[in-house]
Amino acid sequence: MRPTRDWPAMMRKLGPIVAAVAVLAYPLVFATPFQQRLGALVLLYAISASAWNIVGGYAGQASIGHVVFFGCGAYAALAAYQHLGLPPIAGLPIGVALSVLIAAVVGVPTLRLSGHYFSMATIAVAELVRLAVANTQWLGGAQGLSGPPVPRTVFDLSFVSALPYYYLFLAVLAGVIALTWHIERSRIGYYLRAIRDSERAARSLGAAAPRYKLYAFILSAALTAVAGALYAAMFGFVDPDSGLGILVSVKMVIMAALGGAGLLFGPLVGAAILVPVEEYSNSLLGGAGAGLTFVAYGAIIMLIARFRPGGLLDGVLRALRRRRAARPTEKT
Amino acid sequence: MSSTLLQVIAGGLLLGAVYALFSSGLTLIWGMMNVVNFAHGDFVMLGMYVAFVTWKLMGGGPAASVPIAALALATLGVVCYFALIRHIMRGPMLAQILGTFGLALLLRYSAFWYFGANYQTLPDTLVGGTLPLGPIRIEASRLLAGVVALIVTAGLHLLLTRSALGSRMLAVSEDAAAAELMGIRPERMQAAAWALAAGATGIAGALIATFFYISPTVGETLAIVAFVTVSLGGFGSVPGALIAGLLIGVIESISAYMIGAVYKDIVVYALFVAVLWLRPQGLMGKMS
Repeated sequence: MRPTRDWPAMMRKLGPIVAAVAVLAYPLVFATPFQQRLGALVLLYAISASAWNIVGGYAGQASIGHVVFFGCGAYAALAAYQHLGLPPIAGLPIGVALSVLIAAVVGVPTLRLSGHYFSMATIAVAELVRLAVANTQWLGGAQGLSGPPVPRTVFDLSFVSALPYYYLFLAVLAGVIALTWHIERSRIGYYLRAIRDSERAARSLGAAAPRYKLYAFILSAALTAVAGALYAAMFGFVDPDSGLGILVSVKMVIMAALGGAGLLFGPLVGAAILVPVEEYSNSLLGGAGAGLTFVAYGAIIMLIARFRPGGLLDGVLRALRRRRAARPTEKT
Repeated sequence: MSSTLLQVIAGGLLLGAVYALFSSGLTLIWGMMNVVNFAHGDFVMLGMYVAFVTWKLMGGGPAASVPIAALALATLGVVCYFALIRHIMRGPMLAQILGTFGLALLLRYSAFWYFGANYQTLPDTLVGGTLPLGPIRIEASRLLAGVVALIVTAGLHLLLTRSALGSRMLAVSEDAAAAELMGIRPERMQAAAWALAAGATGIAGALIATFFYISPTVGETLAIVAFVTVSLGGFGSVPGALIAGLLIGVIESISAYMIGAVYKDIVVYALFVAVLWLRPQGLMGKMS
């Protein structure tokens, strides 16, 4: 007979249920338009940061030009509307296919080399595509592309309230996290982490490092394109800065790294912290805050790299594990 | 060959010499410590703003701004080394890349916040006039920048290959532990490398500012130019950076002349991807 209730064990069982209920109930409890939009944005950024996490966190390959895949999704969606009159989301397969193609073109040569080349190449390709699109009238040039001004059918995914977006993004995020979870537990997940920790050791044990890194990169690129298409559906607009600018990459990287790169829920934690900070600082400071936000982002990325390469969630998990280890009687 | 094309090539070579100068800094750090400084282009950007402030406050031209920028940036390089680089070097690869990338954002948007988004230019009378050179005319500012950049790059190469300091730095890059046993302090040598590399970006920035637009985000483009130069020249090689820098300057000028100024960056970036596909070890380098 136990003398006291085993709170930590109960928390571990009930925790996920409580978290799931809280996430599902959030937009109903915090029901102002600003709060619902905030929730939807957190989930949207969590999708793209989770997608980045597959190659950046698990495989340890810092793609700094990930926005190019986001842009593929967003531009394909709005080009499908603009040129074919289709619902934006119908462009998604094209966006995903383009992303996979670009990822292969960049990944095949660079993932054989040290990680620096990969990071440099991703920046260069993202800038290349941004400049090319900004000079292509068919893709709206510097002005960008717009979505349907009024929704024609529900497939346009154009809603006034943020509530439908919230649940749509939640479903997609759940899918991305489930996929990541599956990879984490599969053989390829172990390969990726082995490659990240020591590529030489992983290769010597027979893991075909460049091939697995490429798989991770391609999957990550495809999922980022999905995030881009969802962004296009919600905002109904994309231009070279919002769809292909380096700062969009920065957001993906910083959210994953702040929460915890290489952890399943790291990007969601990072997005849940940073999106509200940015939205509130924008609404308080207006345009003047934009530059300062990125000064702060730069400082945060630097401080994480210097003091907490594992991110915030990593520190929390470690502390929990230490406490569990300190309880000698407990058996799970 | 038409004199216009000659003019374009000469302009490209002079700009390329400045590219070579700041890329030498990147290649020095990369070759010595296996760290890629993603803030390298933003160091050049700061050098340009040093020139701008020097002119604004005391009306000084390159004679004043080049030494000031060299000192200011070398100091910044040493500070970055001791505060950030020294620590992240030992960490995972992801932390290394994010560390200098975070630094890049911090510098870029601090400049954005402080100086504003507007493009600034120095008055073109600061180094005025054009010089006739055979069939072509060359702007004095570009000639000055190109020639000084060539001299400094050559000096850097001599310093690294012919001086005691250079030998010590080479020893540290070959084997830091062994060098330490020989009485060389690796941290001092690495800090010296950061001082040299950042000082080179300061000089390059102050030179290029006499004829180039100055903006907070110019470092992004310049960083990619430096990546191409170093990849093409082979990492760790200053002569390689020099040849690659001149080549890229000429390619950029010719493509701006032939297909339009907005496409010159696209050509350079595409060249980078092509180099990575075809010859990632550089034109002269060996596979690492």
